[in-house]
Amino acid sequence: MAVFSTAVPGLFERRLIFVTGKGGVGKSTVSTALGVLAARRGLRTIVAELASQERVRQAFGQGGDTFAEVALGERLFTISVDPQYAMEEYLKVKTGPVGQALGSSRLFQAFAMATPGMRELLSVGKVWELSQDRRRTEDANPYDLVIVDSPAAGHGVGILRTPRTFAEIARVGPIAQQGRAIAATIADRDFTAVVAVTTAEEMPVNETLWLRDALAAEQLPLDAVIVNARYPERFAPGERSALMAAREHASGPQARAALSAAVSEQARAASQSAEVERLSGGLGQPLVELPYLFAEDMGPGELETLADALDRGLREPAAAELVS
Amino acid sequence: MSVGELLADKRICVCGGSGGVGKTTTSAAIALGMAAQGAKVAVVTIDPARRLANALGLDELENEPTRVDPKRLAGNIEVKGELWAMMLDPKRTFDELIERIAKDPERAEEIKANRIYGELSTAVSGSQEFTAVAKLYELARDGDFDLLVLDTPPSRNALDFLDAPGRLTSFLDGRALKAFLRPTGLGMRVLGRGAAPFLGALRRVTGVDLLSDLMTFFSLLGDMTDDFKERAQGVERLLHSPQTAFLLVTSAQPAAIEEAIWFRRTLSESGLPFAGVIVNRVHHDRLGDSEPADVVAELGTELKADLAQRVAANFADYHVLARRDRLGVERLRAELGGAPLLLVPHLDDDVHDIEGLLRVHRFLFASETEREQLIAGVVA
Repeated sequence: MAVFSTAVPGLFERRLIFVTGKGGVGKSTVSTALGVLAARRGLRTIVAELASQERVRQAFGQGGDTFAEVALGERLFTISVDPQYAMEEYLKVKTGPVGQALGSSRLFQAFAMATPGMRELLSVGKVWELSQDRRRTEDANPYDLVIVDSPAAGHGVGILRTPRTFAEIARVGPIAQQGRAIAATIADRDFTAVVAVTTAEEMPVNETLWLRDALAAEQLPLDAVIVNARYPERFAPGERSALMAAREHASGPQARAALSAAVSEQARAASQSAEVERLSGGLGQPLVELPYLFAEDMGPGELETLADALDRGLREPAAAELVS
Repeated sequence: MSVGELLADKRICVCGGSGGVGKTTTSAAIALGMAAQGAKVAVVTIDPARRLANALGLDELENEPTRVDPKRLAGNIEVKGELWAMMLDPKRTFDELIERIAKDPERAEEIKANRIYGELSTAVSGSQEFTAVAKLYELARDGDFDLLVLDTPPSRNALDFLDAPGRLTSFLDGRALKAFLRPTGLGMRVLGRGAAPFLGALRRVTGVDLLSDLMTFFSLLGDMTDDFKERAQGVERLLHSPQTAFLLVTSAQPAAIEEAIWFRRTLSESGLPFAGVIVNRVHHDRLGDSEPADVVAELGTELKADLAQRVAANFADYHVLARRDRLGVERLRAELGGAPLLLVPHLDDDVHDIEGLLRVHRFLFASETEREQLIAGVVA
């Protein structure tokens, strides 16, 4: 696999990548773009969504059976992981007819779903199953790479911690065993990677710095940090006054609107640069930057563009020179 | 319609929406505006930006509303009423709840030391939502404020806020588990088998220790589960009250608009009082369907040729966003069937301080005409 000389060491050589970050920064989009890139590099890849919002499939304009593994393109698949469905599947495979009857009992489902952390354990358990060479699910093929579109940062760390917590609480028995096996997989750096997505704004940057510390407390590293939606720096700081003066004297409404847009763009880009610098300084690790896409929606074309940018960025992280 | 009119006779305003759409700033701006009009308002928030928290003098150690020093706002806005704010600490709120309803302090300590409780109160999902409504309920019951504004916890899915407290309550209620473990319980009847194999299966799935920990936890809770149930019913009544208003905060991006539509439908289906939608970060360029024509020519000789080219290219890009946002807002408006829809333009930079708060506030509390003028001032 050494043919891919990625600057972030071997992100695509792992089997399981958790993608997390603050709400609204574009986790689903970035997860999918990572999937597009991995598939392009020859890996049989699945993007697993944990919030069952089916954003990945929407981007490819597909409907179909919920909670099943769905092909999006060559070597690229997606699944929306639902804890309840995962539980029924697990019980069917592991515990025979009584377990199956248990799984289909509504009261038991209500109880299991209400147990704190159980939804997370079941979701991460399904993700773990997807990443195994020998799949539990009947007739299922193994994947080279599972990309997990995880919940927002706080909850995302919870997801990673849950298996160990359950192993500790349950001590013995199948839940403890399963919890320990999954926790060991997550802790295995050759197997699992954690990627943070952020935008260059105050709150997402704060959350990314917090995430790094929270992961460190769990002995988990942050393998890559992706800054999404970077504005192009079209205007130099020195040009701001010229733009503002021109707006004062603008002859028509269209020119005035265009100059307002330019002034705004300059301010937004400058504020982003400051945040990127703060993030880069705080993390002391290279960042991968993705461009803001001025597009009406995130379709396959936009995802290809982002996959291209990821490809470049993972080879030579943009902010490397900012880190002393 | 302005937020001031929307909330005129309300006691509670719940701001819902998915993460990253400016919910916290919007909630704080709403509270500020209502306080400015003369009400005594408290805003309950979970995770405000550090700068905003500092600007308001918020102290996370309090876990109770504290009054925002009028001096902090002086010179910017005249506040006739009072603005109070608090940063919710979910773990502590949970602990305080247990302390309040446990029959004695020893029992409360035992519960707090229980491992299942530890997991429950710091957890994973649901504890923020559960404690947020628990706090809201208590503040409402104490009746010290004219209006409570709740900034719902950050989550990916706006609906988590509606589901999670109920999930946790039904767990605490323990009915499901008790029903299972009773030999004549519904669980047994559903299965049509004797208790022994059923319990065996449950043990096989959960592990003996986990099951016994759960049993210990529930026996510690004892009749406290009735209190939880009563509170849950109280919360339900409060949220369904005609004096409560759910405001949905969203951005104009297609995915956020779809979620807003879905959220609105779910609110109506649950019979919750939906009051309107606030769309943040809207790009306007007022060109409608017409393409930006030759901006370069209109720019004349004011700018150097290459700068004028870049201004035109930038404008063309923003026109795409403005068009996207306009279509999204139109789609939302059609779905809302006349319910109030307030647009806040994409402001130039991050708004996480008093200044930013005031800018958002101006849009939310402006009359229709004033808002038109304000938007004209920030085109694109």
